Amino acid sequence: MGVVMVSDLVLALETSCDETAAAVVEKARVVRSSVISSQVDQHARFGGVVPEIASRAHVELLVPVVAEAMVAAGVEGRDLVAVAATSGPGLVGSLLVGVSAAKALALSWDVPFVAVNHLEAHLYAALLEEPDLEMPMVVLLASGGHTMLIVMEDHGRYRLLGSTLDDAAGEAFDKVARYLGLGYPGGPAVDRLAVAGNRSAFSYPRSLVQENPATLSDDRRYAFSFSGLKTAVVNHLRSEPEALTADVVASFQEAVVDALVTKVRWAIEETGVGAACLGGGVAANSRLRERFVEVCEGAGARPFLPQPAMCTDNAAMVAAAGWWQFRREGPSPLDTGADPNLALNLIA
Amino acid sequence: MSAVTVVASHSAGQTMAVAHSLACSVRPGDLIVLCGDLGAGKTAFTQGLGRALGVTTPITSPTFTLANCYEGDLVVNHLDVYRLTHIEEVSDLGLHELLDDGSLTIIEWGDAIAGALPGGYLEIRIMLGDGPDERLLEFHTVGDEWSDREADLAEIDGSVEAGGGSC
Repeated sequence: MGVVMVSDLVLALETSCDETAAAVVEKARVVRSSVISSQVDQHARFGGVVPEIASRAHVELLVPVVAEAMVAAGVEGRDLVAVAATSGPGLVGSLLVGVSAAKALALSWDVPFVAVNHLEAHLYAALLEEPDLEMPMVVLLASGGHTMLIVMEDHGRYRLLGSTLDDAAGEAFDKVARYLGLGYPGGPAVDRLAVAGNRSAFSYPRSLVQENPATLSDDRRYAFSFSGLKTAVVNHLRSEPEALTADVVASFQEAVVDALVTKVRWAIEETGVGAACLGGGVAANSRLRERFVEVCEGAGARPFLPQPAMCTDNAAMVAAAGWWQFRREGPSPLDTGADPNLALNLIA
Repeated sequence: MSAVTVVASHSAGQTMAVAHSLACSVRPGDLIVLCGDLGAGKTAFTQGLGRALGVTTPITSPTFTLANCYEGDLVVNHLDVYRLTHIEEVSDLGLHELLDDGSLTIIEWGDAIAGALPGGYLEIRIMLGDGPDERLLEFHTVGDEWSDREADLAEIDGSVEAGGGSC
């Protein structure tokens, strides 16, 4: 639209949580470089992300990570059309590191700055790998901080079908894993152990899931709830401490996945969209990927699964979302700050 | 420190109802600390209290962002320090600033940082009972801020349906 693009290269910085990442992406579809420096080892002994450690680590890691991304892409600052950064949601101290650095780089290279919503970036993970996905499409975004079902009508046009009423899906994985002493992050640990378990061993609750979606009120049909499931697992282990851990996690994982894919199926059936994709760290879960494909194909939509590395936090998806946003809206004001509770801009 | 009152709850819904009956005693600038194991009902309690205070948007777990803020009859700050292990990190949450601005601040897992909490507060300990949904909610006042409300606190129960009635 209105913005003249001098090149199609966007450098993006992502520091919303525990990954320090930078990427150079061309035209929102060609990843020229994507560097991720994970702090997982530093946080693992605390069983989760520790904000002060995260902020300090971002400060230390960001400059070398950006330099590596630029060198690997073979570009210089003046080659860029924009410098993008995640401005929220996330941990405020962590976000500030990326936003401040991106603004400084944009100013010194005299290129525009673009503030990107982290949730919108997750929606672009699939489009980055498969630019020809047809819209509208259903996107299930499930991570440690968010669980939402969205219809992406077009670039920048998102309709929210529902989101979690309490815990995010990834948070349920983390908390159950921590309770069982499986370490952090919980998702991959549960996924690995569940392979050896019987997913029908225990019947844990599927909240807000009914045989017939019409029996749920409009505001609950596409809503998720994982707090009760977490409590059910804890209660079960208190009454049956000898329960096989592999069976517990396999049954727990199945309950989470069931709730997620059931609503994906309902959404495809109700909206009649031709495509559906996954985003967010939970989209790396092997059982979710398997069931998601089954459900989409059964409901007549083309499923698309981004690679696991594109589902978890990375800067390439931020660059893709930033490129589209820059084309639509131009640069972001340089006084744009970090917003830990930034919401996705939705259409009614 | 002895409990002002102890209330039994038999469901998450009843925990919300107990929270609802606390709403009438809340004043701007208050701090409430919620302690209890995973799955005890800390977020359910906050949801019940928030709803009774006019918060209409869903109150979700703040574990990821550490602090969520809601607009109701007064501003409700909902913090979760589950992942914080060092008292110094409390300053990163801007707790002192939150408490100064006339809002209600609720901190989950707050017992871990009790030493760093400014001023007085109401501590609510949610303990697991015998049955899977049985809970005991113990109310303790710490410091002067809540001591004149102990008579009100002694009246708290879970008999009022969450969502019904108000202050």
